[in-house]
Amino acid sequence: MKGYLIRRLLLIIPTIFISTLIVFIIARSIPGSAVELMATEMETEGMISGGVSVDVDYLRAKLGLDVPMHIQYFRWISAIVTRGDFGASLWTGIPLSEEFGLRYPVTFELSLMSMIISILVAVPIGVYSAIRQDTASDYLGRTFAIVGLSIPNFWVATMIVIFPAIWWGWAPPIEYIPITKNFFGNIGQFLIPATIMGISASAGLMRMTRTLMLEVLRNDYIRTAWSKGLTEKTVVLRHAFRNVSLPLITMLGARIPGLLGGAVIMEQIFGLPGIGRLMVEAINDRDYPIISGVNLIMAAFTLVVILITDISYAYLDPRMKYK
Amino acid sequence: MQNQIKKNKRQPRFVGFFKRLFREKPMGLAGGIILLLALLVAIFADFLAPYGFNEVNMAQVLKPPSFTYLLGTDNLGRDMLSRIIYGARISIIVGICASAMDVIVAVFIGFVSGYFGGKVDLIMQRFVDAIIIFPNLFLYLAVMSVTGPGLTQVIFVLGILSGVGSSRIIRSAVMQTKLNTYIDASRAIGSPHFLVLIRHILPNVMAPIIIIFSIAMGGMIISEASLSFLGLGVPPPAPSWGGMLSGSGRRYMLTAPWMAIWPGLFLSIVVYGVNMLGDAVRDLLDPRLRGGVGGLGEYGVKKAKKALEKKQNMASLNKDK
Repeated sequence: MKGYLIRRLLLIIPTIFISTLIVFIIARSIPGSAVELMATEMETEGMISGGVSVDVDYLRAKLGLDVPMHIQYFRWISAIVTRGDFGASLWTGIPLSEEFGLRYPVTFELSLMSMIISILVAVPIGVYSAIRQDTASDYLGRTFAIVGLSIPNFWVATMIVIFPAIWWGWAPPIEYIPITKNFFGNIGQFLIPATIMGISASAGLMRMTRTLMLEVLRNDYIRTAWSKGLTEKTVVLRHAFRNVSLPLITMLGARIPGLLGGAVIMEQIFGLPGIGRLMVEAINDRDYPIISGVNLIMAAFTLVVILITDISYAYLDPRMKYK
Repeated sequence: MQNQIKKNKRQPRFVGFFKRLFREKPMGLAGGIILLLALLVAIFADFLAPYGFNEVNMAQVLKPPSFTYLLGTDNLGRDMLSRIIYGARISIIVGICASAMDVIVAVFIGFVSGYFGGKVDLIMQRFVDAIIIFPNLFLYLAVMSVTGPGLTQVIFVLGILSGVGSSRIIRSAVMQTKLNTYIDASRAIGSPHFLVLIRHILPNVMAPIIIIFSIAMGGMIISEASLSFLGLGVPPPAPSWGGMLSGSGRRYMLTAPWMAIWPGLFLSIVVYGVNMLGDAVRDLLDPRLRGGVGGLGEYGVKKAKKALEKKQNMASLNKDK
């Protein structure tokens, strides 16, 4: 167990190092013409005060593109490690750490709510589908899963905005309501996007639950449980589902990147000022420090979540203790 | 005698596969038909579309569906039906090409990493780990912001980045195959690694390869639509279904809801078909689902029924007690 923990923690170092390299390379491979384009855009949009003409060289220096690659990387990494400085927006000059602090609660709340909804929907359907395999209800459950995987989130969201508006003149609130100001307003506002995300995420989760359940149900100890004369409820919940819940938790951890990706689109449609929105805004503005910084933070976050789920798995699964 | 030989001759594998698909997975077959229809529409778009996909007609702006414009027109007076038909082309091209790219990358990484193992594997897997921890849409967006929007870029970005993730499936399949004695035997008679990989490993990991391809396709189509929706996929005026839902599609969605309804509806139908087919293919090919009930079709259903009867009998016996 100890050895496993140490190995698992040590393997993080190269992984995180390579992800910083990836982010760095993406951010530094901005096409040369893009810098010039930015300069002209900055001039025309009057982003720089006083109508001063923007020097391309100045912009290069500001982006840190004027020194050799390895020095650029070193500067960037040491700023992050020593000062927690992920860079600042090219346009507003607001540091990413500050911007991120304002935005992450929205994405966190949205993802958490949708995850809870997806578990509430997927796990019961998945378990039921497995214990009634190849019956009508199983087919219904599986069809639900495939339909859920096939309908794009952004279309469902658009339809939910369109139809109530046409039929009843009702539209979801466009302005963000902070949770500190109006608790129920906030929850109500998040409920629709979180449900859409949750239901589409539940499709994959339901299939996983079903497959895991089917695998577990084939074990000898399930037959033993049946032959002991236990009720179906006990066999399914105590003997089968308990063994499913652990791998399910690991899989939930692995699904977080996908969930965060879905948040980008929901935030965009429902006007929630989260991290996904920040990312899309940064991309539209070609705000490269923000693009790379957000990606790095998201990757690090996912890495930590996967690590926690893996370790808790090892900790909770008695079979792992002897390895 | 001659007839006997003919009878015993094995039919080509894929014929048998389609027969099984037809007999055991009617929903998968339905999905296949949807995909085939979409494919035909994509190929013959030039003949099917009543108007050009970018034929602007300012006199016919935002017209609701009618006989002249079956699905209505958009804010530039372009016929929605024609745009949807040409849009199928983009979705199908992305679906097939990006999934193929996904498989190529997955096979390359999976083969090298799984077959050679050791340090090569350790190092390559760190790169794989480093890429899969990025939330996919965030990474797609960041890379697309560097490459710029475009059909080729979308195919490469989606294919390569998801191929890295799928490589783990190929890797573990290769590692399992590698343990067989015939691999050692082949090496012992002096086959070079390349030959072993192509002649002995590849046929044995064909099932996961086909599964990856068929499962990836629906996801690729949706990802392209999502990227186009966010403005970084296939740029306008190309009629990408995702792109049609963003921009003007959203601006006019309340006055001309058909502009937002049709692209998403057809997108969903095609992806549904692709996923149904992919699911059926996986059920038929996945060895892990064999021997159980899921993968055996008719026989499996019978087996399940028998098992269920047994269970119910047991349950009723218990009640009697």
